[in-house]
Amino acid sequence: MADHLFEYTLRLGDNCLILGQRLAEWTGHAPILEEDLALGNLGLDLLGQARAFLTYAGKVEGKGRSEDDLAFLRDAHAFRNVSLVEQPNGDFGQTMARHLLFAGWYSLVLERLTQSQDSTLAAVAEKGVKEIAYHWRHAAEWTIRLGDGTDESHRRMQSGLHQVWGYTPELFRMDETDTAMLRAGVGADLAALQPAWDARIDAVLVEASLERPSSVTRSNGKQGVHSEHLGHMLSEMQFLQRAYPGMEW
Amino acid sequence: MSQHETEWPLWEVFIRARGGLDHRHCGSLRAPDAEMALMNARDAYTRRGEGHSIWVVKASDIVASNPDDKGSFYDPADDKVYRHPSFYQLPDEVDHM
Repeated sequence: MADHLFEYTLRLGDNCLILGQRLAEWTGHAPILEEDLALGNLGLDLLGQARAFLTYAGKVEGKGRSEDDLAFLRDAHAFRNVSLVEQPNGDFGQTMARHLLFAGWYSLVLERLTQSQDSTLAAVAEKGVKEIAYHWRHAAEWTIRLGDGTDESHRRMQSGLHQVWGYTPELFRMDETDTAMLRAGVGADLAALQPAWDARIDAVLVEASLERPSSVTRSNGKQGVHSEHLGHMLSEMQFLQRAYPGMEW
Repeated sequence: MSQHETEWPLWEVFIRARGGLDHRHCGSLRAPDAEMALMNARDAYTRRGEGHSIWVVKASDIVASNPDDKGSFYDPADDKVYRHPSFYQLPDEVDHM
């Protein structure tokens, strides 16, 4: 049971950490200054949630690992994020596509977790749900404007969606850990979130004049099976702690 | 299209810090439309808990006085001291006027 809770909390934390790091990669590179700030803000929201989840995961595990140990001293196969969030940023359209699909799902997950029997997860969810509601709004507004904008913005937005769409089935697939946590009243019923997610995504796509892709990629990020993208990303993210163990400032 | 025409319009941002206070001008930003201007303002100007309410106004919609009119607009008020409420004694009961 504690194993499942550790695993489950790690998944929540790793989703936030990895996507937060991806968004941070935009710093100084966003199309305009205003969006540079916005992407940084979104990333910091996620980093804050990652800290709370990983700290708690370390506590549940009971081996004395801190949030930093978990973030900086694990190899790629030990990460439990869904594959969607480790996908490269691509252009701005692709980043928004990834964020739309993720925030649309994650905000539903957090809504369920506010009712969790685990009071720590419920408390983190309570705070996070407001943050992610804004993420959803930001991504949806951009998707509509790019999809319904110029020929080039439409083409890029549609292609960004195609790039990441295949990783969405993983979001709703329940495995042993998900099922155990659902039975314990701790976790969310991921499969049951699909209709609500479909409805809100479809509404945005229609308004944006975008096609809903149908591609499916068999991804298993949350079981620790990752694309090569994660390894490259970790080598940058973890460099300092690997090169100078115990470094603080 | 010239560089200038492809640039997003400029918006002026006004933030109300707390209920009861006025909205105050705090800066400007660029955004393609009103909704995005509001979101950009939220991201640029309320990151440290500064805001409870945001107004954004297209800078081109603001009508400003002309600096060249300074003389005729403001100087005539300089010697009208009788417009200041400083020529009568306040009763003691009226505090903090």
